[in-house]
Amino acid sequence: MREPGPAGGIPAGEWVQALAAAAAEVFGEDWERKAAELLAFLRRRLTGDYRVDEYGFDPEVTERLLLAAVRPLKERWFRVEVRGAENIPTSGGALVVSNHSGTVPVDGLVTMVSVHDAVGRHLRPLGADLVFRLPLIGELARKGGATLACNEDAQRMLSDGELVGVWPEGFKGIGKPFSERYKLQRFGRGGFVSAAMRTGVPIVPCSVVGAEEIYPLVGNVPALARLLGLPYLPVTPFFPWLGPLGLVPLPSKWLIEFGEPIRTDMYAQGDEGAADDPMLVFNVTDQVRETIQQTLYSLLVRRGPVFG
Amino acid sequence: MGRVVLVTGVSRGLGGRFARRIAADPSVDRVIGVDVVPPRGDLGTVAFVRADIRNPVIAKVIAGEDVDTVVHLSVLAYGDRAARGGRSAMKEHNVIGTMQLLAACQQATGLERLVVRSSAAVYGSSSRDPAMFTEDMGAKRLPRSGYAKDVLEVEGYVRGFARRRPDVAVTMLRAANTVGPGVSSTLTEYFRLPAVPTVLGYDARLQLLHESDLLGVLQHATLGGVHGTFNVAGDGIVMLSQAVRRLGRPSLPMPPVALGMVATASRRPRLRRMHVELDALLTFGRGLDTSRMREVLGFSPAYTTEEAFADFARSVPPGPLPRVLPALVPDAAGAGRG
Repeated sequence: MREPGPAGGIPAGEWVQALAAAAAEVFGEDWERKAAELLAFLRRRLTGDYRVDEYGFDPEVTERLLLAAVRPLKERWFRVEVRGAENIPTSGGALVVSNHSGTVPVDGLVTMVSVHDAVGRHLRPLGADLVFRLPLIGELARKGGATLACNEDAQRMLSDGELVGVWPEGFKGIGKPFSERYKLQRFGRGGFVSAAMRTGVPIVPCSVVGAEEIYPLVGNVPALARLLGLPYLPVTPFFPWLGPLGLVPLPSKWLIEFGEPIRTDMYAQGDEGAADDPMLVFNVTDQVRETIQQTLYSLLVRRGPVFG
Repeated sequence: MGRVVLVTGVSRGLGGRFARRIAADPSVDRVIGVDVVPPRGDLGTVAFVRADIRNPVIAKVIAGEDVDTVVHLSVLAYGDRAARGGRSAMKEHNVIGTMQLLAACQQATGLERLVVRSSAAVYGSSSRDPAMFTEDMGAKRLPRSGYAKDVLEVEGYVRGFARRRPDVAVTMLRAANTVGPGVSSTLTEYFRLPAVPTVLGYDARLQLLHESDLLGVLQHATLGGVHGTFNVAGDGIVMLSQAVRRLGRPSLPMPPVALGMVATASRRPRLRRMHVELDALLTFGRGLDTSRMREVLGFSPAYTTEEAFADFARSVPPGPLPRVLPALVPDAAGAGRG
């Protein structure tokens, strides 16, 4: 049955066919289901019909937008090789402790995607307060599951059984000059260890090789950084000289290794326990730090050429 | 013999409703309502005394009527009827009024319980906040002005009173922002705007309390007499952006400076002070740990944050965008076509 369509001489049936063909082109064979899913997603977002947890974590946005945006970067650009994924607990609270590098915390995002793709769990990052003070970045961080790196939040998340990620080097780690690459900085005051001890969860050391080379930090503008309230203002061989082009990260080859979990449940739990013994906390902190440092060296040898 | 309850601030919103509700309770003999202005509605069996709590007359009322429970609801926020005299009148009412009331309470030998409606505003809002405040934590950035500072000072005086009168059970309720069809506050006025301005680049976590749960917890505390400070809020949070979408209203993200200008230019008096009271809250939000409320106080709110907001949203005329109200529209298929 052919009737003249509203747009002049072209029949309605052909319009529909053309649209279906276009949809199949964009979404693939399964296009009807995918288009319906996309519409449902848009409707939920538009009407606010979704749930966030008490930290502001929005699983839908994280999976569909954040992780999906970082995934090609992880797989095609940095060609990340994940080792030791079996060391990530598949249930219950655990603390993933990682080295931090790369001028911009891309390593955190890539680790989040790697953990999600390896074990299907969301890594909940602990971030510095600067992250939450910055517009847009703070908003995205909360939606992506991050919360403030403080003892209260760390313990709350761990005792809720979440997989929490922490980068104890902080700005000392990502903001260190290129010449100091793969040299671990001080691990803060070991607050993350006492949080793990109090909740009795295992610590999973995570070593990331490759992030150091994405934006080689060769200079800093401390005066301007202070003016902007930032910990450092990076100068790389390409930024700010090439403008926005300088923001493209170099395609280094990445290796991420999750080490054997370090148990903390043998230490007495609760506020009066080992978590308040500074000597013990420092010892465990050192143990974690040494493990990551040694793994970094062996991964570097394994990797071979930086951009290989 | 039942209890004799004195309620301050009965001429405003929830104060009168609470006084009527508590008067209907069989374990309560008499309820005396106090305020500086006469009540708008009918107070039922509540005996109304027009008195300024800033005035020593209040001591005579407490002693003369053998009051054993005082419920202090008279901490004003911006735009309350009794606070028309501006910020200085409001501060005087809140701080000096509380001091006078507590001085009168200290003299009253028969007093057994004091219930104070405080606010979660004492925790402030900042980027350095933990996700959930427990009662032992303080504000990371102390409120320097306005309602929050008043509440902070009121809490200080109440703590001082609790030290001087250890025989009195003092219940301090730090209520989250209250919403509901009958609530008129800066926050509900804000949500009633035809297009809701928000802070560009930030999305606040909001935890809310339904008005009936506020009345419920006040009654529970009045009759329970549990000593201590408690966060009171519904379970869960909604993001500000999510809340605005659920109202079906467009949001207007704008830089903080512009937001302040919009508020100042507004014809609604409450909103003129919005940037003072809500700026930080609408930027960073706030979460409350309510485990002490459940375990020690023994109260569970009937509404979660989402349900409280949905009930409030039903009282707001629909905006131009489609909206889904969970309980009314169980199957929302097709509602997304704008």
